Amino acid sequence: MKSVALHSKRTLILLKSFTIILFFAFSLSSYSQEVDEARQQEGKKLYKSLCASCHKLDKKLVGPALGGVEARREREWLLKWIRNNAELRASGDRDAIAIFEEYNGSAMSAFPQLTDQNIDDILYYTTVGDPKPKVDPAAAEVVATGGGSSTAPSWLIYILAAAIVVAFLMIASLLKQVNELKGNTTPETKSNLKRDVQELWEGVKQNTFLKVMTTIFLLLMGAYVGFGTLFKVGVDQGYSPLQPIAFSHKIHAGDNKIDCQYCHSSAKHSKHSGIPSVNVCMNCHKNIAEVAEGTVVEWDGVTYGKAELDKEIAKIYTAAGWDPEALEYTGNTKPIKWIRIHNLPDFAYFNHSQHVTVGGLECQNCHGPVEEMDEMYQFSPLTMGWCINCHRETKVDLKGTEYYDKIHKELAKKYNVGQVTVAQLGGLECGKCHY
Amino acid sequence: MKNLKILIALVVFVSFISCNNKRTPQLQYMPDMYESIPYDTDAEKGLNNKPVNRPPVAGTIPRGGFPAYDIPDTPEGYERARIEVTNPIEASEKNLEKGKQLYTIYCTSCHGEKGDGNGALVQNGKFEGIPNYKDRDINAGTIYHVIMHGKNLMGSHSSQLTYTERWQIIHYVEQLRADLLK
Repeated sequence: MKSVALHSKRTLILLKSFTIILFFAFSLSSYSQEVDEARQQEGKKLYKSLCASCHKLDKKLVGPALGGVEARREREWLLKWIRNNAELRASGDRDAIAIFEEYNGSAMSAFPQLTDQNIDDILYYTTVGDPKPKVDPAAAEVVATGGGSSTAPSWLIYILAAAIVVAFLMIASLLKQVNELKGNTTPETKSNLKRDVQELWEGVKQNTFLKVMTTIFLLLMGAYVGFGTLFKVGVDQGYSPLQPIAFSHKIHAGDNKIDCQYCHSSAKHSKHSGIPSVNVCMNCHKNIAEVAEGTVVEWDGVTYGKAELDKEIAKIYTAAGWDPEALEYTGNTKPIKWIRIHNLPDFAYFNHSQHVTVGGLECQNCHGPVEEMDEMYQFSPLTMGWCINCHRETKVDLKGTEYYDKIHKELAKKYNVGQVTVAQLGGLECGKCHY
Repeated sequence: MKNLKILIALVVFVSFISCNNKRTPQLQYMPDMYESIPYDTDAEKGLNNKPVNRPPVAGTIPRGGFPAYDIPDTPEGYERARIEVTNPIEASEKNLEKGKQLYTIYCTSCHGEKGDGNGALVQNGKFEGIPNYKDRDINAGTIYHVIMHGKNLMGSHSSQLTYTERWQIIHYVEQLRADLLK
């Protein structure tokens, strides 16, 4: 009985200390301040949908940083400003005019639809900030070890390779020692080996069948290697030069589902699909100066994390002459020297708009799964055979070409097919691409 | 001994060709006609060793093009566009169809398929605070002004779209807005 009581007492102490520790941990993480989570959530929702396009909590964006704005301005003033700042300015409020001038006269939208409660919630959110993610130490540990094991294989391979080499060396030295112990000296073993090889060579020389077979084998090998080499001349399939910025199509086209033509906007009108100019990058990256937590890119055999990728985004700012602190263009631009991957020789004519706009082809038809590529590479061989093959196989959708109806019908009759291919419409004629 | 040399040569040759470096382009045979004599688009050096792609002289109008948009990027300009700028093309089915197609490429990432400001980039938290079209007092003129100059976080999309394409998109945006206001 006594022991049980003692036991329960111990448990009680343990429990108490545990709760105290928990309490401390919690109060520390929330800056020793109780947060009204409902109001915080409500404020956050409103803030994200109405304010976030121009304001950040910790940084200047289009408008000033809003973190702790309650401490800087009076509530009444804020209410008036948010409802209708133009009216407040018109009433001659000095603070309102001053802030308007500071931001070069860019007017903030009026929000007459917000109630006092709404605005209070937003202000409450700007003061308390984002809810702190509750980090479970066990989970964090798992993540850390998970990250370690993903990098382990390359280490392991090196270690294993070293071990194998060492083992070989040991075995070799052991064999040598055994030989020496047996009484065979090294020079003799060498001459033995030489004699063996010489005997073998003499045997082969005298055997006509072996000679013929060897000759045929060598000729075939030579032909295979020779043709293989020649067929690669001028064919850059798989070419993947290291670009000046670790730009990942996987993140942009894959994860964020940005249409190819958003950036490669000239593909729809012109011969070239074009490399987007930096102003197109800045359409988004004016706002996005940092990648999201946990973003990774495989670049040149190295896994780039947030720290590296943020530096890559900074390269756009250097190129565009954008000062991310002052949020303005300095005019000091520097072109990005992208390295061209897909390059047809100049005697072959290719037109993107014909394929993208007229033919309605997906970019992936020729460029492969770009939305899965961290590093861009040439997916197709871009040889003439490859072009022609597709022209032979692709049936043309003749919708909306009523003017040519008669000739299309006659062609279909001539080739005895239901739907003519690109080749049958003249897509194999030399002059179409070479002139 | 001679045979051995040939063997070594063969091994070296094979290892050379089988070692295909993806960072360098392949060998080219007589590339005389591969490289153009005229300047390539995007080439680093063109006339007077300056990059080929350069901004046109101010005020240039391309063939078949339209005069530059000269209303300045100011709050007053925005209000001026509201009154002065009107859509020169009709809201035909074809234009709306084309507008939808272009809207899907250039606008949906942020503004969402329906124009409610809930695009893919908003959903995954990359962009925040994209307004719903119905909450903004916009007309064709102001939409054109914003496509040309951008507004707040939105950048100018004038370089990605032609004159006619902008107006086709505007027809579609106005249709979306009307649907949202219903």
